[in-house]
Amino acid sequence: MSTTAPPTPAPAPGSAPVAIPVRHYGRWVGAVVVIALLGALVWAFSQGNIDYRSTLDYVTNERIVRGMWNTLLISVLAQLVGILLGVVAAVMRTSANPVTSGVAWLYIWFFRGTPVLVQLLVWYNLSLVFPTVGIPGLATWDTNTLMTPFLAALLGLGINEGAYMAEIVRAGIGSVDPGQTEAAKALGLSPGRTMRRIVLPQAMRVIIPPTGNEFINMLKTSSLAYAVQYSELLLSAVGIYSANLLVIELLFTVSIWYLVLTSVFSVGQYFLERRFSRGYSHGRSRSGGALGRILTNLTPGRTR
Amino acid sequence: MTRHTEAASATDQLMVEARGVRKHYGQLEVLKGIDLEVRNGEVLCLVGPSGSGKSTFLRCINHLERLDGGTLRVNGHLVGFREHEGRLYELREKEVAAQRLDIGMVFQRFNLFPHMTALQNVMEAPVQVHREKPAAARERAMSLLERVGLADKSGAYPAMLSGGQQQRVAIARALAMRPRLMLFDEPTSALDPELVGEVLDVMRGLAADGMTMVVVTHEMGFAREVADTVVFMDGGVVVESGPPADVLGNPQHARTRSFLGKVL
Ligand SMILES: Nc1ncnc2c1ncn2[C@@H]1O[C@H](COP(=O)(O)OP(=O)(O)OP(=O)(O)O)[C@@H](O)[C@H]1O
Ligand SMILES: [Mg+2]
Repeated sequence: MSTTAPPTPAPAPGSAPVAIPVRHYGRWVGAVVVIALLGALVWAFSQGNIDYRSTLDYVTNERIVRGMWNTLLISVLAQLVGILLGVVAAVMRTSANPVTSGVAWLYIWFFRGTPVLVQLLVWYNLSLVFPTVGIPGLATWDTNTLMTPFLAALLGLGINEGAYMAEIVRAGIGSVDPGQTEAAKALGLSPGRTMRRIVLPQAMRVIIPPTGNEFINMLKTSSLAYAVQYSELLLSAVGIYSANLLVIELLFTVSIWYLVLTSVFSVGQYFLERRFSRGYSHGRSRSGGALGRILTNLTPGRTR
Repeated sequence: MTRHTEAASATDQLMVEARGVRKHYGQLEVLKGIDLEVRNGEVLCLVGPSGSGKSTFLRCINHLERLDGGTLRVNGHLVGFREHEGRLYELREKEVAAQRLDIGMVFQRFNLFPHMTALQNVMEAPVQVHREKPAAARERAMSLLERVGLADKSGAYPAMLSGGQQQRVAIARALAMRPRLMLFDEPTSALDPELVGEVLDVMRGLAADGMTMVVVTHEMGFAREVADTVVFMDGGVVVESGPPADVLGNPQHARTRSFLGKVL
């Protein structure tokens, strides 16, 4: 904090001359300590018994690549489920009917309040309490065969994501000028159409940036699906290293893939944001160059 | 509260008929029994100090606000309610939306849809509500934009237009639903002085074409020139109404005189 202050003395006479050398000194010491620690870390890992050759070789391993595609697939699908549920729950929250908005509140409260890993395991083990599911008189299925790792992962990740998306969509809806709803009403648009055609498209501007972050988080959170035997990146790596014992090597391999995925989608998010800001300014997007915004997107805040 | 059965012959000529209209927000009584009539083809200007309830009354006319008392008829139909055996039943939001189709509204802050071009703004309701074919709606939207002098701005987003241009698009947008009644809530108050004229010109043209209009305005020159009737409201009641020459030229009430003394 103090290191960013300008080196000119403060207006108060007497105290300022003492402060300046201390600031400079602290900054240098800090830098040296950080570099030393970083160096020690790098040195430790270079001396460790790690076969970096294997790490790189496994990046293109068939099983790992298949896991990467599965990670991508489950992330995209779970995010879509999340967006859909989020929009529904957010619109329900704005309802005048207390039952409707209460149910939405309960959904958000429950799924945000429990760990996603627990939710995944509950879906996966549903057959323990419901051996069969179905519509009475029409059809029944064996839960155990129905609840594949894929479906458990999709439901667990998607329904959890929906609770987070609901809050994002709600903030987006709240950001739209009430005059827009009035104008739409005055034109005779029904409430549903007003929401779909007028409010939600404008809310997108507020919804898109955090949704990009959500998806980038999802790419990483989807690794939890390994606990329900869905063969995404992490489970593929676990499968390989439990045979060849190259544990850290393969964990590094998947880390490389996760970095690639999150980086690529951060670039995509930048273009999405630009598209949705159209019509609000004179054709130019908000300040900060493309690279700056992409780099910002690469460092999302929330973890679960 | 007076309740007639369906439109008697005397009300046939009336576009708007307000009887004892009341509205309150919590403890605050905003409208304290408004009686007011607007004939077919009439231009009525509503003037009065800030907070006197002009906007609230205008919003009641197309049921953006719910009445707390009295009745309001537009074109012979009760606004927001259905009358059955002497009782009033509130309409559903969808039925209210259908009722509003006869009424166009222009807002002080334009309220154009910022994510649509001028043309798309004008086409939106005809296509979405009347299910008009996009090609036909586009053609008519273009001719409406031409009418307000903005044919060359059809592809522009609202953010690229001046306030005066935005308000003219908003007028075209309201006209696209072929309303029989147009409501204007201080349509020029948010405009730079040099842009007021272009909007008033469009409104003058509408009046000349015989459109029934209720205009809340502080433009006394416009009221004097275009209005058939001027209504002065203060404190939630109609203080004085009549031809502009009377109300603006020779006001009978002290409150009207003191208000006009401030704005003229
Ligand atoms: N939604 C609302 N909730 C509470 N009070 C309101 C609401 N809308 C209006 N009011 C109050 O009702 C009164 C009348 O407001 P209204 O907007 O009708 O006045 P107006 O005559 O249009 O004034 P202006 O010339 O400033 O637009 C004001 O005191 C206002 O504060
Ligand atoms: Mg007003």
